[in-house]
Amino acid sequence: MTGKGSVAGRAVKFTFLGVWLLFTVFPLYWITVTSLKAPGDIFHFPLAYWPERFSLENYRGLFGTADFGTYLTNSLVVSTVAGVTATAISMLSAYVLARFEFRTKSALLMAALVTQMIPSFIALGPLYLLMTDLKLVDNRFGLIVVYIAVCVPFCTVMLRGFFENIPDALEEAAMIDGLSRFAALFRVLLPVMRPGIIAAFIFNFVNCWNELFLSVTLMNSDSNKTVPTALNGFISSFNIDWGSMSAAAVLTIAPTMLLFAFASRHIVQGLTSGSVKG
Amino acid sequence: MSVTSTTTSKTSTTGTGEASGRRGLPHGDRRRREFTTRRGLTIAAFMAPAAVFVAVFTYYPVLAGGQMAFRNWKLTDLTDTSWVGLKNFGDVFADPAWGTVLGNTAVWVLGSIVPQLLIGFALALWLRRRFRLRGLYQALIFFPWAISGFLIGILFRWLFNSEFGVVNDLLQKAGLIDEPIAWLADPKTAMVAVLIANIWYGVTFFTIMILAALQSIPDELYEAAALDGAGKARTLFQITIPYIRTTLALTVLLRVIWIFNFPDLIFGMTGGGPNNETHIVTTWMIKITQQGDYGRASALGLLVVAALLVFAVFFLMATREKKGVRS
Repeated sequence: MTGKGSVAGRAVKFTFLGVWLLFTVFPLYWITVTSLKAPGDIFHFPLAYWPERFSLENYRGLFGTADFGTYLTNSLVVSTVAGVTATAISMLSAYVLARFEFRTKSALLMAALVTQMIPSFIALGPLYLLMTDLKLVDNRFGLIVVYIAVCVPFCTVMLRGFFENIPDALEEAAMIDGLSRFAALFRVLLPVMRPGIIAAFIFNFVNCWNELFLSVTLMNSDSNKTVPTALNGFISSFNIDWGSMSAAAVLTIAPTMLLFAFASRHIVQGLTSGSVKG
Repeated sequence: MSVTSTTTSKTSTTGTGEASGRRGLPHGDRRRREFTTRRGLTIAAFMAPAAVFVAVFTYYPVLAGGQMAFRNWKLTDLTDTSWVGLKNFGDVFADPAWGTVLGNTAVWVLGSIVPQLLIGFALALWLRRRFRLRGLYQALIFFPWAISGFLIGILFRWLFNSEFGVVNDLLQKAGLIDEPIAWLADPKTAMVAVLIANIWYGVTFFTIMILAALQSIPDELYEAAALDGAGKARTLFQITIPYIRTTLALTVLLRVIWIFNFPDLIFGMTGGGPNNETHIVTTWMIKITQQGDYGRASALGLLVVAALLVFAVFFLMATREKKGVRS
């Protein structure tokens, strides 16, 4: 860390960084190339590292024979609504946990941490029965409600870190001006918190977009499936059709990658602001 | 939910407190009570939505699932769900595959966390100093985090495909192997492949956390070390690592919990095969659930929670103690 470092040191550094970058990007490159090959060319030797014949056949199949458009829409609706709602709810709880001292506070934080330790499968059976009683099985609204509960604990902890970095003089001034605490939170803190809120929303959205086991359990009919559930269906059959699987993988990854690219700085800040204190 | 109950019982005092305040008789004690009641109400109102969602849709099913661990609860016969004490736990331990599953879990957690930590740390050290395109580099190595564990499993399942997989092709081109390896069908190589996928996925989190901690170290510390003639190794072990110890400990703790509880990747890549050689405790739990033995699956789940809680407590105690000795 001292000085500029020797030439040899820098060579090692950039070689390592370069190798890691290749290693990180290559699987994504490969699945994309696979998806763009003409059917049959995937199983052609020698393996082509660049498609000899470009083809969108794999993608066409997804929207023709499979109903991938419906799955994408379902995932988009469920993840957006659950992500927005969970962020709003977590803002309230995070605000209180950042600004007030009270007896049950550490117990509540502990309860949030413990949710991370529980294997989701322990709850699947009872959750299914509960959702049946509520008539929310195989129902997008039902899945949204469950996803909100999944997102809230981690989102609360994350947003709490952001609130702690904002001086409370800000909303106190607003409250002296006659605003209620709730109004102060939304009119004064919301604009300042924008990076944190964006990061929290994206985190929630990606979590819901990627969630598999709850969605497999709760969504039965084809018209209600989300993308991960559909992908799981592709596997369950005896042979994986790698052509359509790779195309489906690209379509599943692309939206979340775009979101991450758009907001990676905010997300980094969101992950680190709460826990890193030197 | 004790917050809610205390505030509702105090609501009546709010009225009188405000009334007396308006009459211009600011009694100190009353005023404080009014303040605390308002405070309690605010806390309860703001916490309520989050608490309700998590209580109803997370904790209730978890507790209901937890009690199944002590009952005979099989999908094959739902007429008899009698209490059976610790029988399900006994069945878990009596399973001939249990030893394999436990061993695999240890390999999975250690084999993931150690390389993730070391590579993540190295990347963070090298990314600390600004260079051209550093921002772009960070964004690019961040991408694995946008993908679900399940899909990463599928991705690497294709890369490690024995016939048309690109890994075999590259290794053959490099002259490292003569014959294609059946990575995911061979018990000896399947765990290696699964670990490589998880390392690919998990390094970034360490990089992000450690890099943020590194950037909080004041430059003066390094300047002083350089003046004292400390070499690179000494600077690393006597300044950098002690300074970011808390972040390191918390990140490792969080990652161990997540990796332990991360059946998704293995589920998508091997489904636990071949011959149970990549089954870890949480994928084993999926298998037992799919067999319909909810009682035994719940027993396993409770064992996971207990093990992680014990680990978290011991880990926090151990890392805290070291810190105390230092300062």
